[in-house]
Amino acid sequence: MLEVVGLTKSFGAVRANDEVSIDLVTGEIHALIGPNGAGKSTFITQVAGDLAPDSGSIRFRGRDIGHMRAAERARLGMARTFQISSLIGEFTVLENVVLAQLGRLGESMRFFAPVARDQELRNLAQECLARVGLESRHRERVSEISHGERRLLEIAIALALEPAAFLLDEPMAGLDQEGSRMLVGLLDSLRQTAPVLLVEHDMDAVFALADRISVLVDGRLIATGQPDAIRSDDAVRAAYLGMEQP
Amino acid sequence: MTPRIASAAVALLLLAVPLAGTVMDEPWLITLATRVAILGMAGVGLNLVLGYGGMVSLGHAAYFGIGGYVAGVLAHHALEGDPVLLWPVMLGGTDSMIVIWLVAIVSGALLALLIGCLSLRTSGVYFIMITLAFAQMIYYFTISWPAYGGEDGLPIYLRNSLFGLDTMDPMTFFLIVFAVLVVVICLVSMVVRARFGLALNAVRQNETRVRSVGIGGFRVRLVAFVMSGAITALAGALFVDLNRFVSPSMLSWHTSGEIMVFVILGGVARLWGPIAGAALYVFLEQVLGSMTDHWQFWVGLLLIVVVLHARGGIMGFASGQRSDDG
Repeated sequence: MLEVVGLTKSFGAVRANDEVSIDLVTGEIHALIGPNGAGKSTFITQVAGDLAPDSGSIRFRGRDIGHMRAAERARLGMARTFQISSLIGEFTVLENVVLAQLGRLGESMRFFAPVARDQELRNLAQECLARVGLESRHRERVSEISHGERRLLEIAIALALEPAAFLLDEPMAGLDQEGSRMLVGLLDSLRQTAPVLLVEHDMDAVFALADRISVLVDGRLIATGQPDAIRSDDAVRAAYLGMEQP
Repeated sequence: MTPRIASAAVALLLLAVPLAGTVMDEPWLITLATRVAILGMAGVGLNLVLGYGGMVSLGHAAYFGIGGYVAGVLAHHALEGDPVLLWPVMLGGTDSMIVIWLVAIVSGALLALLIGCLSLRTSGVYFIMITLAFAQMIYYFTISWPAYGGEDGLPIYLRNSLFGLDTMDPMTFFLIVFAVLVVVICLVSMVVRARFGLALNAVRQNETRVRSVGIGGFRVRLVAFVMSGAITALAGALFVDLNRFVSPSMLSWHTSGEIMVFVILGGVARLWGPIAGAALYVFLEQVLGSMTDHWQFWVGLLLIVVVLHARGGIMGFASGQRSDDG
């Protein structure tokens, strides 16, 4: 579905990503983990098309998408969420999801019918909100909902793109235990919709969810494999897991 | 007061002043109201990019001026009876308002397309400066073009014609302008409520998010910019018909600044805001201007108060709502 080969990106003398290769196959959750500053967000931003890599190739749904802009990649079915919620603050919850549908349907250049009265768009948006449990909050302005609800809304927006792949950048960031538990259940079900590339710091969640795990340290990929193999990998323990559990 | 009632109040006030002028036999009131309607219309154009799209264009005099010169030049040639162009096709002048409006709209749109394509690649202060620079280029071009009066401008001796109406009658001309204004505001209202309006509103707030859901922000902003230029150019054509005179001063950066003041005083992203802003500006110009030469000082003071304490301008103050949809 998604195949990234040899992605490299330098900021000055710092190699943020050094020949990183990751693939995503149908039905899986592939977690990308690593210490802070390892280059995970840089990687996702390049795959999403908001940052141009120095070298390397990205194939998605059988096409080379390296030259495509972020909006084109999204229309092709790449749904990205942001580490720090990036929503339209003055819009309602529902409008944020409707906006995503306009992108998917390529309907942002329609000038006549009022969008707020379009029942079909509203219904589709409500379905997406229902999947994340926000359907009763659809009228709230985004600036007034809680942090946890924003995290859920990010996922509802991704669902509205009817994606072929999810790129989730730390979806649990800042959630309390209960919120995390709920989100784990939701993420678990996402893989039936489309495969998930999951960047996450919460190790319990990663090991509970991931079919495969890749470990990024100082911009280099040091291991890729099934959770059990990663847990027992010496290099990973030394470089990363060891820091949390000495 | 709901936004709808506030809008209706502005529209009714704009109609009431020239009626009062007729009853009291003070035709200058009619001319004043016509001026407000036209300047407000120029602001409606700017509001689309400044208010709804968040693009601070300091070069809208360019579109106002090109609309004005379209009206002036076409009418000038119609009067002289010589063609505007001999090659590649022969084009004559015209004194038909409908034709002049259409040419002004298309010219404004094309100019905005050209300027937008280049300037919308920048943002913030750079965008302000580049739109200003383009407008200044056109300003100096008209000054140095002697065929149409250069610095002295170009008078047209009669108002252009529309369906055989007596356009020289102040009330008739006011009603024409008012009708055009209402049509323009209805169109803008439709566009900002449509799917495009949702996208434009989103681009103003968070372009990264808009990109990530598959909508190209540049295209959305460019289309809004082109519509905006077309509307402001139409206002420019009407302005020249009102004054029966076009000069480079329409294109000076003071004009760009004034249009922006109308939008901010009236309330950004409010349909009738620029009309309210233009009305207040013209009112202050008349009242304060009769008392002191330094009336603009007080306008400046008022502008500072609005920017610091009442971001919704007059319309926000009157309706107590954050936006027209509230």
